[in-house]
Order: sequence, then C-alpha cells, then structure tokens
Amino acid sequence: MEDTFMFAVLTLDATLRVSTPLIFCAMAGLFSERSGIIDISLEGKMLSAAFIAASVAAVTGSAWLALVAAICVASGLALLHGFACITHKGNHVVSGVAINILASGLTVVLGISWFQRGGQTPSLPSSARFMPIEFPFTDALNGTPLLGTIYKELLSGHNILVYLAFLVVPLTWWVVFQTRFGLRLRAVGENPTAVDTAGISVSGLRYRAVLICGLLTGFAGAYLAIAQNAGFVRDMTAGQGYIALAALIFGKWRPFSAFAACLLFGLLDAIAIRLQGVHLAGVGEVPVELIQALPYILTVILLAGFIGKAVAPKAIGQPYLKER
Amino acid sequence: MTGTMENDGKKRGPGDENSPAASPSAIKLTDISKSFGPVRANDSVNMEIHAGTIHGIIGENGAGKSTLMSILYGFYEADRGTIEVDGKTVKITSSQAAISVGIGMVHQHFMLIDTFTVLENIILGAETSALLVAGLEEARVKLQALEDEYGLNVDLNVLTGDLPVGEQQRVEILKALYRDARILILDEPTGVLTPQETAQLFKILKALNREGVTIVLITHKLKEIMTITDNVSVMRAGQMVAHRKTANTSAEELAELMVGRKIINEIEKSTGQRGQPALKVEGLTVKSAGAVPLIDDLSFEVCAGEIVGIAGVSGNGQSELLEVLSGIRPFDTGKIFLNGRDVSPQHLCDPKEVRGLKIAHVPEDRHRLGMVTNFSAQESSILGYQDAAVYNSGPFLDLPTINRECRRLMEGFDVRPRLPEIRSANMSGGNQQKLILAREIDKGPEVLLVGQPTRGVDIGAIEFIHGQLIELRKQGCAVLMVSVELDEVMKLSDRILVMFDGRIVAEVAGNKADEKMLGLMMANAHSQLAQAETNA
Repeated sequence: MEDTFMFAVLTLDATLRVSTPLIFCAMAGLFSERSGIIDISLEGKMLSAAFIAASVAAVTGSAWLALVAAICVASGLALLHGFACITHKGNHVVSGVAINILASGLTVVLGISWFQRGGQTPSLPSSARFMPIEFPFTDALNGTPLLGTIYKELLSGHNILVYLAFLVVPLTWWVVFQTRFGLRLRAVGENPTAVDTAGISVSGLRYRAVLICGLLTGFAGAYLAIAQNAGFVRDMTAGQGYIALAALIFGKWRPFSAFAACLLFGLLDAIAIRLQGVHLAGVGEVPVELIQALPYILTVILLAGFIGKAVAPKAIGQPYLKER
Repeated sequence: MTGTMENDGKKRGPGDENSPAASPSAIKLTDISKSFGPVRANDSVNMEIHAGTIHGIIGENGAGKSTLMSILYGFYEADRGTIEVDGKTVKITSSQAAISVGIGMVHQHFMLIDTFTVLENIILGAETSALLVAGLEEARVKLQALEDEYGLNVDLNVLTGDLPVGEQQRVEILKALYRDARILILDEPTGVLTPQETAQLFKILKALNREGVTIVLITHKLKEIMTITDNVSVMRAGQMVAHRKTANTSAEELAELMVGRKIINEIEKSTGQRGQPALKVEGLTVKSAGAVPLIDDLSFEVCAGEIVGIAGVSGNGQSELLEVLSGIRPFDTGKIFLNGRDVSPQHLCDPKEVRGLKIAHVPEDRHRLGMVTNFSAQESSILGYQDAAVYNSGPFLDLPTINRECRRLMEGFDVRPRLPEIRSANMSGGNQQKLILAREIDKGPEVLLVGQPTRGVDIGAIEFIHGQLIELRKQGCAVLMVSVELDEVMKLSDRILVMFDGRIVAEVAGNKADEKMLGLMMANAHSQLAQAETNA
C-alpha cells in the first residue's frame, strides 16, 4: 500500500516535470494557431532556444541571462516564420519545416564550432541552472501521512519554470477569452476579412500572436537545457514540439483542454520512465522501446478519431489576401 | 397645391423638381479610377449622393459597383480621384478611416464570425475597454437603445452562426450603427433573402432613412431600385453611364443603360410536348449528423419536355438533392429512377455512370464543382467527358481536337473571349457559366440537372442561358432546375416545387405562381395561413 502510494506520487511528480515543456509549447501554439498561423516549428524554436540557453549559461554562468537569450532567439525564429507566412503569404507548413531543419542542423554546427564537444554544450554547474525550490515546512509536515508526502514530493521541489508553466495556462485563458486582444485574436483566425473591415490590421495581430508564441517556446527550450537537464544534447527536444501540437489539437485549441492533454502525454512519458526494467507479473520485462513509443502511439490513435471532430480555427493556414 | 409646385419649379429650374436636390451632398466622388492589373475596374467615376436620400447604384456583375464602394470604405485605395464626405475632402486609406468619417458598410458576404455571439461580433474592433467584460456590458446598453430606436430586434447573446441570414444582416446593420455610421452602404443585400426578409429589410432601411441616415444600395435588381431608391446611378464596364431620379425613369430605361442595348425580357413560353417521366424520386431521405434530415421523404417526377423548378431559401435541401441525383452524394432510403435505371441506397450510381445515362449536371457552385479555376478554358470544357473517344488518341489527350471543340462550343454559346487557352478563373462569371452549360448541353442530354443557372451572371448572359433552357425543353429534354431567383423560377418552370426543411411543401403550376405566394411557401407559412383562414 505504502509502496503503491509512493510510486503514484513519484510518477505524478515526474509527470509535472516532463509535461512542463509541452505546456509551454502548447500554449505557444495556441496563440499562433488561434490567429490563423499553423505552427509546426514549435520543435525548431524550442530546440534553438535550448541550445542558446545552454550556451549562454555555460559562458556567463547566469541562468536568467540564458533564459533571456533563449526567448530572444525563439522570438527571432517566430518573426522569421511570421515574415514568411504573414508578410509574404507563404505556406505555413513549408516555412515551419524549414525552421525545424534549420534548427536541427544549426544547433549542432554551432555547438561543434563553439565548444568542440561533438555538438553538446559543457555540463552546467548548479549555479547556472534553475534549481528546485524547496517549500518551507516540508520537514515539519513529513510526519503527516499522505498530505506530507504529497506536499514534499509532488508540490515542492520543482524549479521556477515548472510553476510558471502552470501559471501560463490560466493566463492564456484569460488573455484569449477575457481581453480585447483575445477577441481580436480569435476573430482573425476565424475570418480575417471581418477583422480587416472592422478597421484592425490583420498582419499586426498575427505578428503579435507569433511573437507571443516565440516567447513561450523560449521558456520551453530554456527549461529543457538549463532546468530539466544540465546542458544541450543534439536533438534533445525529441519531437516534443510535435507532441505539444498534437495536445493542442487534442484539446481543440482550448487552453485547459490542451493543458489536460499535455498532462496525459506527460503521465505516459513518466510511466514509461518508471516502468523501464520493471518486471510485470505475467508479462515479464516490458520492452523499453514499446514504453517509449507509447505517447506517440497514443497520439496517433487519439488524432485518428477518438477525440471527435476537432474544429480548427476556420482561416488557419490560409494567407490573408484581399480579394481579386 | 399645384401653384406651389410651379413656383418651386421656377425657382430651381426644370432639372430640380422633387426637392431632394436641395439637401447637401453626403458623398461626392470625383474622377475615381482603379485598375487591377490590366482591368480598369473603375474608370473616372463621378458621383454625388445627397444627404438623407436612398441612392441606388445599379449595374451588371463586374461593372465596378462593389469596387467603387470598397474604395469608399477604404478596403481598396483608388489610383486617382478625390472623395468628399459632407463637403470635406477626405483621404480614406483604411476601413478605420471610413468608419471615423461616418461610413458604414454591409458587405455582400457578411463580415461576421460564426463562433462569436452577436454582441462580440458587433463590438469587434470598436471595443471600449481592454477587458472584454466591461466593454461588452457598455456596448449592451448602447445597443439596446439602438435596437429600440430603429426597431432592429436581434438577440445579442446567441451565436451568430446559428442565426438565419436575414438576422445576420441585421447584425451587420447594427454593427455599422454602433460605430455611429451616418452613411450606410449595402452591397447586394437581398441576394440571400426571401421576399419577406427583403420586405423587412426595406422597412428597416426606410426607418433608418427617416432618422437621417443616408443609404447607398448596390444591386443588380431593377425592381429594388424602383421600389426603394430616391436617386439611381448606373454603372457599366467600370464607368458611370447615367444618373437619374428614380421617379423620372423606368425599369426598361435602366436595363438598357446597364447593358447598353435593348433587352427582351419576355420569353415565348410555348409549353413543350410533355412526354414520359425521365426522372423519378420516391421517398428519398438523406440523414444528417443532427436530428433533422437534410432531405426528408421526397417524391416527385420530371417528364421529358418539361422544366420543373425547385424554389426555396438556400439550405433547405436543394443542394443535397442535386448532389444525390448527380451521384455525388449517397442517400439513406428511397428509390430514384434515373432515365431508365433504378438507383437505391444499396445500388448507387456514380457520377460517371450518371453521365452515361445521358444525364447532364450544371452544378450550383461552378467554382467548386463545375470547373477547375486554374485550368485553361479548354481543359475545363472537357471535365467529366475527358474519357470520351473524341478527346483522346491512344493513351494521350488529343489536344488539337480539344482546342477545336472548345472553340466550337465558345462560338455556339457566345463565350467571350474566344480563347480556349485562357485560364478559367480569368473569365467573367457569365462566361464561365456559359462554357459549363455548353459542355453539358452539347452532349445532347435527355435529362438536365441545373443549379442556380444564372448566379453571378449578368443580364445579357441570363437572357441567353434562359433561351438555351427553353430550347432544350423544346427538344424534349427533362430539366430540373434549382434556383433561389424567384423571377427565374416563375419565368421558366412548367411546374414549381417549393422545398422547406428538406421536404416539398407545395407544388404550383408555373403560370399560376406569384412571388408573394411562393415567398410564403418558402417560409412554410402558407399552410398556417390557410389554416387560419379556414378557422376564421
């Protein structure tokens, strides 16, 4: 009983940690896609941000500077995506894929040239990372059954970016559904012509949306490189940008639903990590590969129709042209 | 009484009878020109609209009316020319600028977001506060006052997409009024409305006009100009060709001015020789995702040598019916007899087989189903018949023949320009439609299914297309026509079926129908009326 409970708490604890980048990315994608810009380049932006964060942290030793640099780079890439899709009315998917390929190649090339470690960045000391924050009274509460464990293992002991990710979700909801900007953002993703005739700049709105998207992917990248890990490894995002996009679609472009989807994917990932090397009665050792593939298999199954019809913003992926 | 009028006449001179000339100008356009590539959409247009009047702008499709109004509303910028509003020269570079000088516009395609509530749609772009809730509440108060003042009743809390088109239009009008528009432009406002909704709209426009709102009505329907406007301007091929006081002109004169030649509107309506049923539908039902079926237990027949018209407000199952008959859409229950072949849900007939039964189909939406707009005219002219022996030599398309055949069709149906190589998208709507009609009719069909034969087609081409349909009937073809244009349905049909909610709610002989009666049937109000009358 005690063991099972501990197992559950620790798995949930891991869930929080692995879903953090997904949450940042899904909220980033939400802003972009609600404005009508398909963002398949979450992955590339996150990867670039992770690399820059690790590099800056290695050189300056400051986690905060690294975070700022990561946000700048991700926002720069977001503007590039915007320039291709909004100003030049290019194909969103092509632009996104280009950014992903660019990020995957450039991070390694620059990594080799800057640090001569085969594309990795130097391992970071704790002072250059975002470290876990211990809540007060964890030891005092330790004696209390259940609650004490939950408080100590689950709620306490994460780094600041994890807590921030959980704040970003209600914030996103508030901005999208409770503010003037949010109303216009949703409108431009549904019917840009209506926004134009209402006297609002379509391009201006969409640029602001992709910038917010860049900002949030910057957080995600920094988290991967200097909070969850202690350095950059090539292709360290490992498709999480795509998973976040899947979560966004799974959540039907709504903040809390997408958040729930991120947690679900995170939970699967956490279970996969926990189950590695474990013998299950009647099954034997579960193959690691299968467990690692679980989130992706679930994504495919869910997207293949278990979520009902996901209605995307109506004008998504269409460049805005005045008629004629 | 007569005396005063004479006095007025002497003071103002003979051209200025009927006094509205006394009111100052609300809008004055001088020398407005606008080109899109080589096309001169507006060519040195001059126009004056007097404050407090209802001013009509009439012209064929593509005459440049919408472009002119889009310039006035800041959606396009003119290459040349000046705009004066209330006597002051203004530069209108964006919709925002137009709104700020008091111009509001109700577009042909509504600028509404279906997933927003009415209230959200109205305040979009004119929010008074960065926080939504505060802005919405403030707007609600102002809108309530506007609704009461003008009798424009719309529920502010419902989703806009759930409203019927007539009410969506009222939302658009409210949107303009909310922005304090004193000049309201309406672009083809009646295209999607039933006659009753149109009457309602005109009542609203008159009420607005009484309150001092200047109204600009863009239309290609002569009747509307004659009913409601004070003044009318006629456009043709990008130029302003005439200005008239509505009271001093006639529908005939305006039609002539629009087209540039005389129009014969009467069709000799010799009844064709009615033959055997060529198309029969029994108990046809098409279910939908929701509770109400798209087509509900439909039965009718069309015989050789007759035209059956289906009237109804868009979205009552007419489109689906055409799709089922042409083999594009499967159906759930019922039987269809297609020119010698029985079709049931178990034994469907695909569109190619349907064509093989000498059934031709001119679809409602020519851009989506009738042609590929990126194809050349000659490629579009063989779509659906691309496997015919005449167009092929071995495994290859016989391009010289296709070119020659397309040219022949173009000559036979007066498609302009006569260039088989032109991109389909670059032809005007009327010429696209004529090419599609040519393609289908040229194969000598025994049944013709035709949807909205003259949608987006100018008057000259309408005349021609109607003539072709009559000719087909004479040759013994069975024609099933779906149209939202009541004039057209009444003019051509031997029998008229009215569809409502996927059912046929009434059948009338073509020569017995009148617009009011059909309008009531289309709203399915005739049975209640009849009942009320019997009760009383």
